[in-house]
Amino acid sequence: MFFTYLRRELAGRRRQTAIIAIGMALAIALVMIVNSVSTGVRDAQASVLESVYGVGTDLTVSQSPTPPAEGEAGGPRFEFGAEAGTTTDGSTEISQSRLSAGFGSSTFDDDALASVEGLDGVAAASATLSLMNTTFNGELPDFQQSTQGTDQPPADGEQPAAPPQGGFDGAGGSAFDVDSFTVLGLDPASAAVGPLSAVELADGRGLEASDNGETIAVLDAGYATSAELAVGDTIDVGGTEFEIVGTVSSTSADAATAANVYIPLDLAQSISGEEGMVSSISVQAESADGIEALQAEIEEALPDATVSTQSDLAASVSGSLASASSLISNLGLWVSLAVLVAAFLIAILFTIQGVTRRTREFGTLKAIGWSNGRIVGQVTGESLVQGLIGGAGGLVLGLAGIWAVNLIAPTIGGSAGSEVVAGGAGGREMVMQAGGPGGGFGDAVQSAASSAEVVLQAPVTVGVIVIAIGLAIAGGLVAGAFGGWRAARLRPAEALRSVA
Amino acid sequence: MYTLEHVSKTYSQSKRRVTALQDVSLTIPKGQLVAIQGPTGDGKSTLLQMLGALDRPSTGRIALGDAELSHLPDRKLAGIRAKEIGFVFQGFNLIPTLTALENVETALEPLGVPAEERRRRAAGALESVGLGDRGSHVPSELSGGQQQRVAIARALVKEPEVLLADEPTGNLDEQTRDDIMDLLEGLWRDRGLTLIVVTHDSAVAKRAERRLLIRNGAVTER
Repeated sequence: MFFTYLRRELAGRRRQTAIIAIGMALAIALVMIVNSVSTGVRDAQASVLESVYGVGTDLTVSQSPTPPAEGEAGGPRFEFGAEAGTTTDGSTEISQSRLSAGFGSSTFDDDALASVEGLDGVAAASATLSLMNTTFNGELPDFQQSTQGTDQPPADGEQPAAPPQGGFDGAGGSAFDVDSFTVLGLDPASAAVGPLSAVELADGRGLEASDNGETIAVLDAGYATSAELAVGDTIDVGGTEFEIVGTVSSTSADAATAANVYIPLDLAQSISGEEGMVSSISVQAESADGIEALQAEIEEALPDATVSTQSDLAASVSGSLASASSLISNLGLWVSLAVLVAAFLIAILFTIQGVTRRTREFGTLKAIGWSNGRIVGQVTGESLVQGLIGGAGGLVLGLAGIWAVNLIAPTIGGSAGSEVVAGGAGGREMVMQAGGPGGGFGDAVQSAASSAEVVLQAPVTVGVIVIAIGLAIAGGLVAGAFGGWRAARLRPAEALRSVA
Repeated sequence: MYTLEHVSKTYSQSKRRVTALQDVSLTIPKGQLVAIQGPTGDGKSTLLQMLGALDRPSTGRIALGDAELSHLPDRKLAGIRAKEIGFVFQGFNLIPTLTALENVETALEPLGVPAEERRRRAAGALESVGLGDRGSHVPSELSGGQQQRVAIARALVKEPEVLLADEPTGNLDEQTRDDIMDLLEGLWRDRGLTLIVVTHDSAVAKRAERRLLIRNGAVTER
């Protein structure tokens, strides 16, 4: 009887059933999509973080950058003597490669690593040195040729010295390229923690404990492709040739690894002139519960250092990824909550209205002996089924929405932290051109690709399905509880009298 | 058998107190056909609701056999209504979305009768009121007389001791009225029911063994 009555009521009151179900479906679908996209954004944040800080890193220790002292240059400086370069056909080609700490980064004494490793609650720690390799290439006219014999002014009737020949345009012009890529010096023996823990081998081999002191490099696979380098080739890092023994890619298919080139820490320190210095320490805690305590301990042991947890790091993710995260967590959450509350209210109001309209029906049923519990159960059952119909619709609509998000696959950019310069696949490239002899440098054009591009994938998790079903049941029960409460309050005599 | 002793019922209506029944004392023996007449608003339906355990008196006592209707809790009253009292209303009060057969079945639902037996007994009740072939029709597909027959089948399917009819022919034409009264009278005679009919219609009242007149909440014999 319960199911027969329920079925007949829902079929007989299609409009009310449809309105409640549609309202619930829209609300549930919206909550599902927001939840799924929110998970996707969190995954994307984790991708960006992992690519930079590595998997399993609970804390990072760094030091805030200090402004350069007076007279100290901010960036690398290239100095060429009079005899520098090679001259052929009236043109002189010059080239110099410098390895230095990256812009905006700061280094500190590597004794800090030993201090951190000595603390209780530290499972593993490794230090890295973030560097920027900048190569200056240029072609300029042979000025030696053009200035020979010009100590004296030309005598009357004598032709002035010919303008310089050669150069990149054959008419005395000059051209310079400045190429740069990020270099990460790390201890090959402790790759389990830190940036290399979030990579997988694409070709060749990774850095091994025995590689300390060896001029061996591992490249980001994306960078290697763009720079047309492969395993077995060599790469100039700070004027030293390194043999490429392997390439790595991020474990997250959508993000680049932390740097373009990875070399042993000791060589990175010596070539860059940063002897005994590091720029970041990745720390893995023994237990997740002890992270905050460990953070406090490290801060006490290293007062000048900045100690960041994963959540601090998540906050440091910037760019459109951060905007998306903020949008989802604020606007998305509130909009979906508002729609959900509206849907619940609609369901409650329609259920109460339905009960009021059926006053005589319930009065009659009470008159023929139906108990309050049976009538409340009937009303609640009807609401529950309306909620479940809405839930099923919402599930389909929500899955379609999530599918659409995944089909569109929006790409959002994110960069992590200012302490570490993260290298994208394209590295950092600077091109400068100068025109004419003695001409000043033109506008410097700089294009930096230091952020990770992440394709947003909204996953369909068990949690999303549970949310949809849970909301459908909750909506039905809440509306049913209100309707049932209204029906239970009807006294049979009054119910019959009110419609007499 | 009904026993009413000094029963009064007052209602509050927008800060006004309305006395619907005033010190009513009477006894209705088992198996009697009683007609209750009186002007509109003088307490006929209120008395019927007291007899039907739908409401409690403000003062006094009402008993149906050994059951003290004036003092039992709601749950027990619902049980008595389910087993021992059948109702027939002026407006038929059928559930509009259920078929005739399902409407009759609703009376057996609170008794916990198994589905198959419920359907069999409901079909038998419809047969007994001459609507054996109308079981699958919803109320809107039936005439007023047929709807009232379905309501009578619903009231009688549980084989109650008492049948209370509130203006059962009020919405029907004369011919249908007579048909319905013939049916009720026949069932009363065949089943030994206590049949109490509230009516404006003297033609209906004349068929009763006993006629009560209610005026300003007070009951007198006619």
